Amino acid sequence: MTSTESLIDRRQLSYIAAQAADARLNVELETEGMTLNIGPQHPATHGTLRIIARLDGEQVVWAEPSCGYMHRGYEKLTEVRTYPQVTALVNRIDWLGSFANEVPFILAAEKLMEIEAPPRAQWIRTILFELSRIANVSLFLGDLGVQMGAITPVFMAFRDREYVLNLIEGATGGRFHPNFDRIGGLKDDLPAGFIDETRVVMKKLRNFCDEMENLLFGNEIFQSRTRGIGVIPKDVAMQYGLSGANLRASGVDWDLRRDQTLPMAWNKVDWKVWTHPDGDSYARCWVRLQEVRESTRIVDQLLDDIPSGPVMAKVPRIIKVPEGEAWVSTENPLGEMGYYVVSKGDLGPFRTKIRSASFNNISIVPWVLKGVYVPDIITILASLYFILGDIDR
Amino acid sequence: MNAALLAADLPYWAQALLRVLGGVVAVLLPAGTIVYVFLFKMMSFMQSRLGPMEAGPYGSMQLFAEVGKWLQKEDITPERADRFIFKIAPLVVLVSTFLLVAVVPFGPDAWFTNFEAGVFYMLAVSSVSVLGILIAGWASANKYSLLGGLRAAGQLIAYELPMVLAVIGVIIQAGTMNLQDIVLAQNAGSMFGWDGLGNPYILTQFVGFIIFMIAVQAELTQTPFDMPIAESELVSGYMTEYSGFRFLTFFIAEFATAGVFSLIASVLFLGGWGIPFAWFGWDTMDSVDNWMNVVGPLIMVTKMMLLSFIIMWVRFSYPRFREDQLQRFAWKVLVPVSLVNIMITAILKVAF
Amino acid sequence: MSTDAVAAIPGDTLRERIVDDLRSAIGDALLDSLVKPGDDVWVRVRTDAWRATGLALRSLGFDYFCFLSAIDWMPSPFGKGEDDPTAPAPERDDTIAQGYAGGETRMQVLARVVHPTLHVGVNVKCDVPDSEPVVESWIPVFAGANWHERETHEMFGIGFAGHPDLRNMYLPSDFEGHPLRKDFPLLARIVKPWPGIVDVEPLPGGSDDEEGDAE
Repeated sequence: MTSTESLIDRRQLSYIAAQAADARLNVELETEGMTLNIGPQHPATHGTLRIIARLDGEQVVWAEPSCGYMHRGYEKLTEVRTYPQVTALVNRIDWLGSFANEVPFILAAEKLMEIEAPPRAQWIRTILFELSRIANVSLFLGDLGVQMGAITPVFMAFRDREYVLNLIEGATGGRFHPNFDRIGGLKDDLPAGFIDETRVVMKKLRNFCDEMENLLFGNEIFQSRTRGIGVIPKDVAMQYGLSGANLRASGVDWDLRRDQTLPMAWNKVDWKVWTHPDGDSYARCWVRLQEVRESTRIVDQLLDDIPSGPVMAKVPRIIKVPEGEAWVSTENPLGEMGYYVVSKGDLGPFRTKIRSASFNNISIVPWVLKGVYVPDIITILASLYFILGDIDR
Repeated sequence: MNAALLAADLPYWAQALLRVLGGVVAVLLPAGTIVYVFLFKMMSFMQSRLGPMEAGPYGSMQLFAEVGKWLQKEDITPERADRFIFKIAPLVVLVSTFLLVAVVPFGPDAWFTNFEAGVFYMLAVSSVSVLGILIAGWASANKYSLLGGLRAAGQLIAYELPMVLAVIGVIIQAGTMNLQDIVLAQNAGSMFGWDGLGNPYILTQFVGFIIFMIAVQAELTQTPFDMPIAESELVSGYMTEYSGFRFLTFFIAEFATAGVFSLIASVLFLGGWGIPFAWFGWDTMDSVDNWMNVVGPLIMVTKMMLLSFIIMWVRFSYPRFREDQLQRFAWKVLVPVSLVNIMITAILKVAF
Repeated sequence: MSTDAVAAIPGDTLRERIVDDLRSAIGDALLDSLVKPGDDVWVRVRTDAWRATGLALRSLGFDYFCFLSAIDWMPSPFGKGEDDPTAPAPERDDTIAQGYAGGETRMQVLARVVHPTLHVGVNVKCDVPDSEPVVESWIPVFAGANWHERETHEMFGIGFAGHPDLRNMYLPSDFEGHPLRKDFPLLARIVKPWPGIVDVEPLPGGSDDEEGDAE
């Protein structure tokens, strides 16, 4: 144990040294212009993202996010977990739409095992996936207002998100971290009354979208704060690997729900992929708003014809995944979330690369923040929509 | 109040004491009412929640709990702050509120002072709070505070001008800068010979009223003009480093000023404490009955609540401008419009 | 799995054509490839052709940069971190076996790019020399590779020639070691031994039926 202790001591020492180095770095940066540290404790970063911005007056000369305040090392942790245990970890990546994190990992494991969940499980998975998208993005819509000083929309968002969270809790038992997806299916079937309840909630959510559109998106100040701000052209968005609504707002017609064949139920229903040609903050917010609407439509249609049958395929009690590599990504609330799973035929993955949406979405920040004003930092960050757990993993 | 005091033949010190007490009431009462009614309750209902409910009936004692909380908090001064200036800044802001309330007439005799150039004085002292905000931002030794203070300075100066220009229309129409006489002119006046409503200037100076209210919104740094505070950008701007009683002072000053500006707006545009004089057959200030000294303040509070309601309503539902958009709005929209307003008012004044 | 074994699987012309196109673009720098029909493509390229591969892929229309990372193929000397810390370390098989599209070195860089209209991705791998773990940076190809390379550098200790700023993303700047390398111990498991994965409580009334989950 002595070697372990000394290792820990060294870690602590190195951490202290790093803080000192950080302090030195700041002193160096202060020699010209003004360096503003936004975060890690700042109300606009909803989490612990730190943005170091060098300002000339109120204009940003140079800005760079500094991540790592929430790095939990999930890629390393998956290497010592079994496959069913991993879902409990990846739940915490994007904590607002947790169920959606589980799905691609489970799909990757199923792909390696060459099994497929029964149709009913696929349907329920898709419903829960879309519900977590609605829960996630509706909070984004409320938060958007708060970042721009409109304090009322966020409470409406919290109010209506609660209905969706209740649904998720009713079905899975967990409000935020369902841990409901299993290799080969789902833990349980839907509870009684879920379908009727969901229909009611979807109506409420559509009302919520209308409310948001009237209260926020139609507001001239909101528009003047977001239109033409933080424009990301198509090719830059592709280079940086932006995904989800950020990419579609730049005019790229790409939705992984439509553009790949996964054992999920999206291709069974009729829905539309929204894009916006502008690529500015407004476009990103607008596309997300439309996506919430579209998600409620998807859920409604899926509820109409859930197939009957079991929710769990025949899988062995102890899950061993055959040797191989698999990549599965899905269109998560934040964007493309994928897992590159390398299996050595063991109980747990040999290596898991977690490709999270926010990491790529935020990596464009130094590019897009150049030359904007301090207030626009906030709107651009808000419109890019990141979740700290999704950046740092 | 003045006449009543003179009649009682009080010594000077007693009069002064009464005026100070009256000023404290006139500042704290609106502040407390606005905070409770609008900030606690109206905002909560707009946001589909209940607001404070535990302290007293409908949470009405919450205010005292809040004050108690703030008083208990430690009064922190940042290490590198300019201590003296840092500590004095909230008081400067609050003093400007007291100076403002000094000229507001509450009744035919209920006033603290009755300047001939009351409007001029009012516009002058309302800018004192900028000094307080600026030195608060500077003295905090905090980058966010500094940005907030600078923004406040730029914004308040930009909006001072439209406010002055909006008031000039009223002055031209009333022909006086004495606030008491402006009240008189509105209530004793008539519209095209009909004096059932007097002549409240909100009807003739509607543009001026709107500009005045917008400028007030900016002066108060309320959303959509709250960049100096901007919780989501500058954390709290110039208030970031303040805690305890000093923060409370800022807080009181903010809402008291909202109340006082509403009072001033009601004096300038809504007829102030008066009711149309024709109803009771009054025609000059001297003929007004004495009971108006009691009813007048109530009327003023009602109008203040109405106008603060509008201020707060806007505050709770709008997002905020960006600094440059705000400046553009002030210089390119409000100033030209108010200039045109003055021109038209002057022409009509000469014509009729 | 070698290329020969896969050749028997009925083909996926689209993905095979991509491999052929890439081969004609970069020549024999393409060392190995694997096509899983209807699923994915893996190619392995020579280390010195890493950037050329990226450029070739871009010219083939693979404009979307998905991610860049690395894989350490060495089996972990600590297993799953479930050893008794007081007992001597158990013997472990430490033979390095690479995955799809083969490989020769312990570590491989792995990147994925996607065709935005065909919606087909390519997983590109390249060996990282054990003696000098450096490959070319992909920043000139995809600007978004910047952060991914920083992360890979931090986690695996792989250098990227031409990267302007390989600072740590997550860890303190003078942190020693590269956490995702297999020989970096997972301290949490060493400090407090894991209760064990066989610690499965019997389900109430449950028999050993084949259905249900492992947990």
